[in-house]
Amino acid sequence: MSIENNILVKLNNVGFQQNQKWLVQGVSLQVEKGKIVTLIGPNGSGKSTTAKIALGLFKNIEGQVEKFTNNIGYVPQKISIDWTLPLRVRDFMLLTDNLTEDVIDEALSLTGVINLKDKSLGNLSGGEFQRVLLARAISKKPELLVLDEPVQGVGFTGEIALYELIKEILEKLNCGILLISHDLHTVMSTTDHVVCLNGHVCCSGSPKEVAKNSEYKALFGEQAAQTLSIYEHKHDHVHTNDGDIKKN
Amino acid sequence: MFDDFFIRALVAGIGIAFVAGPLGCFVVWRRLSYFGDTLAHSALLGVTIAYSLEFNIAVSIFLISSAIALILIQLQKKTNLPSDALLGLLAHSSLAVGLVVIGFLTFIRFDIMGLLFGDILAVNKKDLITIWVGGALILLVLRLIWKPLFASTVNYELAQAEGLNPDRAKAVFTVLLAAIIAISIKLVGVLLITGMLIIPTAMARNLSDNPKKMVIFAIIGGLLSVFIGLFSSLEFNTPSGPSIIAAALVLFIFSLLKVKQTIQLKN
Repeated sequence: MSIENNILVKLNNVGFQQNQKWLVQGVSLQVEKGKIVTLIGPNGSGKSTTAKIALGLFKNIEGQVEKFTNNIGYVPQKISIDWTLPLRVRDFMLLTDNLTEDVIDEALSLTGVINLKDKSLGNLSGGEFQRVLLARAISKKPELLVLDEPVQGVGFTGEIALYELIKEILEKLNCGILLISHDLHTVMSTTDHVVCLNGHVCCSGSPKEVAKNSEYKALFGEQAAQTLSIYEHKHDHVHTNDGDIKKN
Repeated sequence: MFDDFFIRALVAGIGIAFVAGPLGCFVVWRRLSYFGDTLAHSALLGVTIAYSLEFNIAVSIFLISSAIALILIQLQKKTNLPSDALLGLLAHSSLAVGLVVIGFLTFIRFDIMGLLFGDILAVNKKDLITIWVGGALILLVLRLIWKPLFASTVNYELAQAEGLNPDRAKAVFTVLLAAIIAISIKLVGVLLITGMLIIPTAMARNLSDNPKKMVIFAIIGGLLSVFIGLFSSLEFNTPSGPSIIAAALVLFIFSLLKVKQTIQLKN
């Protein structure tokens, strides 16, 4: 059944509490092949928790998680690499899977950080590190990608480029993506389905529907809903990571 | 040329260095130095039990250290004390109980110095078999759990999310730590085993930019420490454990020169 419907993971009324406090409750959603589902919401609204529930990282959850794939790529929100562990980008790429050199190069080229392959992970900037995290997650060609704020620290134009890239990855791998973002308008053009969280599901639907929803407006303000068109314009060139300018 | 006992100590030390390198890296990466210390301290209790029940020493140490590790995990779950306090509690109380039990066992003559600091004369042929067979097993198991253990050392949730089993790897690693303590106690002694795990590794960290290199340098550092330490132990009639650890310290100090160079290059 799952194969026919292309469902990769399905959350059925899930919730999780820690120290007698509900972090998130009553969330239902599903991620299908070839689709991007975006979780938005303010800080502490349970976005990361929901993603972790979907990944099966918590033991005592309420509700059910049905997972139809084990081939998962994950970009966590926070990851700190200890200086005691010397790790180059190429070592990090091999963390959970044994990949060939070619596969590693392909993934690093795709996210534009192939030049960092032999650099130490500790010496990367925030944006470079995010691209490496993304490259690692996609390198194993996962069926399901879970991206928790994958564009943090990459800068404004970098953000748009990365979202474009995520869309490209989706088409290339034909995977399903569960994306977490702090605001709707940056992911507007990329996403198929939006779930707005604030401890529970406030509203959900297509990006346009959610933007019109009164609860969304209450959470993010009237202005957020009106700035949606901001990313409709097209750049005629891109800036690569090593500073070059490439014409489209 | 050399006496048999010295050759035996050397062969034992080489075996231990090969195992201590990779395990020591994980001890440092996972910040388990104090945990290793606690297991090592409890080993003395294992020795006394082995003597009083006329039981195999290595097996006895292995069982007691594993038991202490289990007790620690339970205490961490059931009390509100921080881990370092619990580690201190277990380390010192098991050492104390071990020494008290030795006091009661008046019918057996103990070389307490030898137990605490290692004894170059104490290594017999049976110990060599224990070290090399046990060591080979430890390395084999470590090889099998390497991927999940390493991945979860870098990031626990990432490893778990992508289908590895970090909890099982961690449990197995704890058992491996207990095992290396069990096989190396005679040569290095209760109080200095953690040094054998950590100091060559710390030296290796200063010289490496990737994990594989660090493991290899840690093994080389351990081997050099064993050679230098045992020869000076023979020459100056010093206890074997401290001599090996002191040699490791000297290597570590030399490795700091390289760090200084790297920092200067960066500036």
